[in-house]
Amino acid sequence: MFFLPANYRHPAFKQGMRDIAPVAPGIAAWGLMTGVAMVKSGMSIPCAVLMTLTVFAGSSQLAAIPLLASGTPMWVILATGFCVNLRFIVFSAHFKAYMMSSPRWQRMIAGYLSADITYVQFTQRYPTPYLDAEGHREQMAYLAGNNSLNWAGWVLAGLLGVFLASFIPTEWGLGFAGVLALVGVTCSLMSSRMRVISAVTSATVAIATYALPLKLNIVLSIACAVCMCVMIEQMSKHQQGEPL
Amino acid sequence: MSEWQDYITILGLACVTVLTRTFFFISDQSWPMPSWLNRALQYAPIAALAAVIGPEILMTQGQLITPWQDARLYAAIAGAMYYFARGGQGQAVLGTIVAGMSVYIPLHVALGW
Repeated sequence: MFFLPANYRHPAFKQGMRDIAPVAPGIAAWGLMTGVAMVKSGMSIPCAVLMTLTVFAGSSQLAAIPLLASGTPMWVILATGFCVNLRFIVFSAHFKAYMMSSPRWQRMIAGYLSADITYVQFTQRYPTPYLDAEGHREQMAYLAGNNSLNWAGWVLAGLLGVFLASFIPTEWGLGFAGVLALVGVTCSLMSSRMRVISAVTSATVAIATYALPLKLNIVLSIACAVCMCVMIEQMSKHQQGEPL
Repeated sequence: MSEWQDYITILGLACVTVLTRTFFFISDQSWPMPSWLNRALQYAPIAALAAVIGPEILMTQGQLITPWQDARLYAAIAGAMYYFARGGQGQAVLGTIVAGMSVYIPLHVALGW
């Protein structure tokens, strides 16, 4: 959380911001086009502002926009958001060991503000949780710095998109910059052959199962890729004569 | 749907964001993570990104792109090539965005790909 001095005074806070800074233009372009999409769907300005400020999850916002516009029942919209967000539940299992030394309200705020990109950068920088007090402070400060710039970029660009919707040409496809930002971050994660296998498996499954409703293809792809990698790990250990 | 119902739905979606992002650490109980699960989760970040970008680059309206006249594909290749040419150093991710968009916008706007 950016508002805790223990976080923003820590040098790791700035490191977190530095790491996400190059990705921020892509996030901002994506946020901008999400803002535009909300208003162009016919959503009122106050609703679009509220959504930008509170929901803070691009894929679930994009899924909800046409549903809100067509007057879909609330529980269907919430269930859709939940399914689209299922991958965050996987991330939260990963975050758990890093978070547990903080009080609950701090965990809840840090978790709420941790989107895909911050999860990826955080676990890349810190492959294992630090269990001592100073190490935990450093990790939380890094996460807070990384989150705060991501949040600011997304929200400010989203508000800009809401208010300037009629001036921003959608036919240029500026939102694709967000995908390119994720391409860059994916490249930065390709540090081992196993990770490349994970990426290729996951993308293939996501395309093959795209027809699944509620973006369930995403969480299915993660599950398949992870299982595939663990199986390959086990088999290669077995071949090297280690017990399974 | 009336306006106030929209507000409530939007706040509900915000709660869904909180619930899913904090799911396993809402409770103060800590449970030991099995070691296989711990290892498995190391592969989750890149899988999550690949699952999101794969269809965004290679599909249109639920179908694989055919033929290969699609600006997104060439933009993604250009971006990735820039990244690896830089060896991931410096502002390689920013360069990926810039290189990709400078391929994407001309192809998309001028040629309609």
